[in-house]
Amino acid sequence: MALFKAHYNLEKNSIALVIGIILAASVGGIVEIAPLFTIDETVETLPDMRVYTPLELAGRNIYIREGCYACHSQMIRTLRDEVERYGPYSLAAESQYDHPMLWGSKRTGPDIARLGGKYSDDWHVAHLINPRAVVPTSIMPAYPWLATAPLAVDDLGAHLAALRTLGVPYTDEMIANAPRDAEAQANPDSAGAAGVTERYGEATTLRRFSGTPRLTEMDAVVAYLQVLGQLTQAPYAPDAMLEQP
Amino acid sequence: MIAQLTRTERNVAMTLAALLALLGLTMAAVGNHDPMAVHGFMALALGLVLVFAVGGVLEEPTPSPARLLQYYDDPIKVGIVLAMIWGVFAMAIGLWVAALMVWPDATFGQAWSSYGRLRPVHTTGVVFAFGGNALIATSFHVMQRTCRARLADQLSPWFVLIGYNLFCLWAVSGYFMGITQSKEYAEPEWYADIWLVIVWVAYLVLYLRTLKRRAEPHIYVANWYYLAFIVVVAMLHIVNAAALPVSWTGAKSYPAFSGVQDAMVQWWYGHNAVAFFMTSGFLGMLYYYLPVRAQRPIFSYRLSILSFWGITFFYLWVGSHHLHYTALPHWVQTLGMTFSVMLLVPSWASAGNALLTLNGAWHRVRDDATLRFMFVAAVFYGLSTFEGSFLAIRPVNALSHYTDWTVGHVHSGALGWLAMVTFGAFYSVIPQIWGRPAMYSPKLVEWHFWLALTGLLTYVFALWNAGITQGLMWRTYNDAGTLNYSFIDSMEAMRPYYIARVVGGSLFLAGICVGAVNIWLTVRGARNAAADRPLSPQPAE
Ligand code: HEC
Ligand code: HEM
Repeated sequence: MALFKAHYNLEKNSIALVIGIILAASVGGIVEIAPLFTIDETVETLPDMRVYTPLELAGRNIYIREGCYACHSQMIRTLRDEVERYGPYSLAAESQYDHPMLWGSKRTGPDIARLGGKYSDDWHVAHLINPRAVVPTSIMPAYPWLATAPLAVDDLGAHLAALRTLGVPYTDEMIANAPRDAEAQANPDSAGAAGVTERYGEATTLRRFSGTPRLTEMDAVVAYLQVLGQLTQAPYAPDAMLEQP
Repeated sequence: MIAQLTRTERNVAMTLAALLALLGLTMAAVGNHDPMAVHGFMALALGLVLVFAVGGVLEEPTPSPARLLQYYDDPIKVGIVLAMIWGVFAMAIGLWVAALMVWPDATFGQAWSSYGRLRPVHTTGVVFAFGGNALIATSFHVMQRTCRARLADQLSPWFVLIGYNLFCLWAVSGYFMGITQSKEYAEPEWYADIWLVIVWVAYLVLYLRTLKRRAEPHIYVANWYYLAFIVVVAMLHIVNAAALPVSWTGAKSYPAFSGVQDAMVQWWYGHNAVAFFMTSGFLGMLYYYLPVRAQRPIFSYRLSILSFWGITFFYLWVGSHHLHYTALPHWVQTLGMTFSVMLLVPSWASAGNALLTLNGAWHRVRDDATLRFMFVAAVFYGLSTFEGSFLAIRPVNALSHYTDWTVGHVHSGALGWLAMVTFGAFYSVIPQIWGRPAMYSPKLVEWHFWLALTGLLTYVFALWNAGITQGLMWRTYNDAGTLNYSFIDSMEAMRPYYIARVVGGSLFLAGICVGAVNIWLTVRGARNAAADRPLSPQPAE
């Protein structure tokens, strides 16, 4: 057959072989991935979608550092039992500012895409320090060091700036005030508190998340857990708030 | 070993080692208060060790030209030893991770030993450090033997091997310290990613230069697979690793893509890491060592062509089967599912080709544990690819996704295919390149085989049951029309299966330890060169 004959010659030329491999391997990615960046319908436009505050972002980075994503998904599929168990299915827009996304691939623990508001801060603190104090049979690891490690806030401005370069709409104000805003969000009585609400919206939660006056990693993680599923209210009333582009 | 380098090569090696030390020093200096500094010190230490090692032999007489009449096997030997060390380490961590799911407090209360940090140590350790070293070492062997030519030079194999292991070391030690991008199978941070690109380019260039010297007009099939492994992994890595560091003096970076695009890029990468790292390269191994060991030619040349291009073309489409029912547009999911099912054809073409090659050599499969390793690998390759195509079907995936079924599937491929074919290849190549008549103890090879097989079966059966039970519990409704089981119910139901996995994992780990001892006993003592020779002597460089 001619085809095998052609191959017979291809096998004699390593560069041709490499080019053939590159060509064959490129098609799939180009067809499937490139359109995702251009087709508008890939990501819905949600009018009330907000960005993470510096404190929540710091919490998210600790979530990544500790590998929580290895056991928890943040992607509720469009299946009846999932919606009934976890809440409205996840929309693409909800993770549009997530660099990287944390959809996860394994549920050793439950999905937490809609965790915000489900438990009190105290519950989270107790649970993270020792899950078995709250859920006796839990196989989740204990994270006691979060309660004592001070939170690094100095470079949060640089973090926001990097994310802005990648397309997350942080303003100059947000970047300039990042460390202060992080402190103030966990300290609602402080002078900076008003600035947080002003920059990130009335719906932003300001609380002593860890229950202690010192700013620790626990504050950041709990602030992050409490905002999961709360960056936009659109999924809870889908048709009303989804804007078709 | 180093004395084998020519004068020029020694000088270049000195320069490279000094540059590495300088790079490490810079990273350590600018990265103060950042874990990146630790990685700087590692590079600095490695660079200095190499400077002294090479410096010590700088003035020794140049090696005799007679070496050019032999194959260059030193880097292969080192690669195999490194693969075995990484293998034992990373599988031991796997066992620890498995134990944590039964006894969650077995961590000494330390941050570095918590589940989320150990898990990537295990996955990177087995796939990239164990698997990667095995691929690099065997590819050096296969390319020389099938081309009947010596490696193109004596320095770049060392650059590839040492550079690659520095990458693995940075990756694994980083997770302990909490340095991670969290992208599955691509967790290392930006500087490690850049370093890997440099190493990888050197690898491709070395491969092509050696192919160019071949004394055979045709490039043998095994090399096509190794080439696809090198080329496509480079492609995947460069796109998926795109990220912006927060600052050049720290480890933390933010990946370039977000949300749904990031998910698609991640799984386009992730699934093809399975395809081109964990499949294509190891098929290269299978296509060389299985026929050699069985002393029979490959069953069908045409089948291997079909299978090669099928795999290279189809695989890149299937990543979206990891994202069924998610926020990813429906048409992409459908494409992923369709191509996943079609992928079964080229996959089974390879598995079938391997098994039919054994036709007529079944008595050898019965008597020779080394060949039996490769036989079992081909069977599990067939089983896992069938299971993979099945799991990619949307309604099946609705049940299996997020459960332990996936982990069971991964390990049927990882233990049954990747690890088994590697052991088979190692037991074939080790006696040859160390100039021994056979492995020290064929009995121990038998032991390794049976420990590995029972461990693997225990592991995989336990997790199939775990996954299906979990999936069913999550979707069971009671008569009142509400969900019947809480999440905690399903978590508690996993305990017996997780215990069974610890047992299976222990057996598999025991197997590789037996293998390591046997290899040690085989290679220690007098240095003999391999008996086979390149076809024609190569001109000195
Ligand atoms: C070994 C896997 C594992 C890891 C790693 C893990 N978890 Fe969990 N997680 C679980 C399991 C199992 C449960 C269910 C039992 C329980 O509530 O403790 C759970 C429950 C939770 C819950 C309660 C969810 C709900 O809806 O009831 C939260 C919140 C949580 N984890 C947060 C975290 C955070 C934050 C991290 C990282 C710092 C983390 N988990 C790491 C396994 C894990
Ligand atoms: C001693 C034998 C082994 C044991 C006990 C073991 C155990 C584990 C455990 C407990 C996990 C985590 C599963 C989870 O999060 O639910 C895991 C994941 C993984 N292991 Fe292993 N493992 C072993 C050998 C291997 C080998 C040899 C390979 C590949 C060469 C491998 C590849 C992987 C991969 C790719 C994952 C990630 C799976 C996923 O994301 O779904 N493992 N292993």
